[in-house]
Amino acid sequence: MTEEIKTLPPKRGAPLWAQILTLAGLIALLTMVWLILGKRQQGSVQPGEVIPDFSLTLFKDYQYNEQTQVSLSDFAGKVVVLNFWASWCKPCEQEAAELEAAWKFYEARGDVIFLGIDYVDTEPEALLYLKKFGITYPNGPDLRTKISQMFRIRGVPETYFINRSGVLRYVQVGPFTTLQQIQSIVDSILAE
Amino acid sequence: MNRQLPITIYVLSLALVLTALTAGRAFAQGPQPPTDDEVNAVAKELFCPVCENTPLDVCPTQACRQWRDQIRSLLAEGKTSDEIKQYFVDTYGDRVLNEPPRTGFNWLAYIVPPLVILLGALSVVRTLKGMKKPVVVSPAGGADRSEARRLAEDDYAARFEEEVRKRK
Repeated sequence: MTEEIKTLPPKRGAPLWAQILTLAGLIALLTMVWLILGKRQQGSVQPGEVIPDFSLTLFKDYQYNEQTQVSLSDFAGKVVVLNFWASWCKPCEQEAAELEAAWKFYEARGDVIFLGIDYVDTEPEALLYLKKFGITYPNGPDLRTKISQMFRIRGVPETYFINRSGVLRYVQVGPFTTLQQIQSIVDSILAE
Repeated sequence: MNRQLPITIYVLSLALVLTALTAGRAFAQGPQPPTDDEVNAVAKELFCPVCENTPLDVCPTQACRQWRDQIRSLLAEGKTSDEIKQYFVDTYGDRVLNEPPRTGFNWLAYIVPPLVILLGALSVVRTLKGMKKPVVVSPAGGADRSEARRLAEDDYAARFEEEVRKRK
């Protein structure tokens, strides 16, 4: 009596629908990771880019043309100097006086506006900071960090110079050290 | 008239008791600021918006100290933990939460991991099923597989016993 003993290969592989589902899920996951990493590596907005409109609710005691909320579109035709700061940020203190001096220098012209955006801060400390440095240009908190996310800032202080057409012309990462530094950038944009 | 007097006394007594209770509560809340433990209980459920992946209760930066003070102030105002968390979300965005809110795109974070685990488990089960004992197949195809296997084992045992007997 002879018998042949065979070992059948085990049945392998999931059903087709499961394979397709897994593959689709994997592709979706990789796409998400790719998009998120791409966005993170993109860095801050670059000169030459048109800045989309955004709104800023100003701190109490701050107004612009009797408005407590301003939008970038309100400043069409003006050079906008947008400064991100925070009360807990020591380098911000280095440039606070220079920014206010620059604002005072250009305020009377009417074609330059300075705007302070307070990044992830607590209001009492922010108001103390503004009072301490006598900041008079419009300032407000970056609620839900929407504006800083739009600009993809990497920290504070960062200052963005936007020309009359709403195009970003210059980005200053870190504090200004002199008033002349700010003036030279604003003047060059005004001269365009 | 005589009937009205006890009612008046009753109402006045009730008003006095209520006033005393309310005044007592106000007195108790006033001088007792929230403790560090109470502040940290809320803070540990929030993340520092500046230094990523650091819970607010252990974050050593000045910004985090300010935010903990903010929590203390809000607790002193009588805000609940949920109200404080909502305040932080409204002010600093969703990233301060220790888990993403269950809305829109964030649902992927809740759906994908369990789905992947489920598919993985199914795959393991299928693989283990495929790794069962080898099956004996009769070339004649007459007997069923288990019978063929039993016969093969019996034949081997019989030959083994025969060999042992010969050697004795």
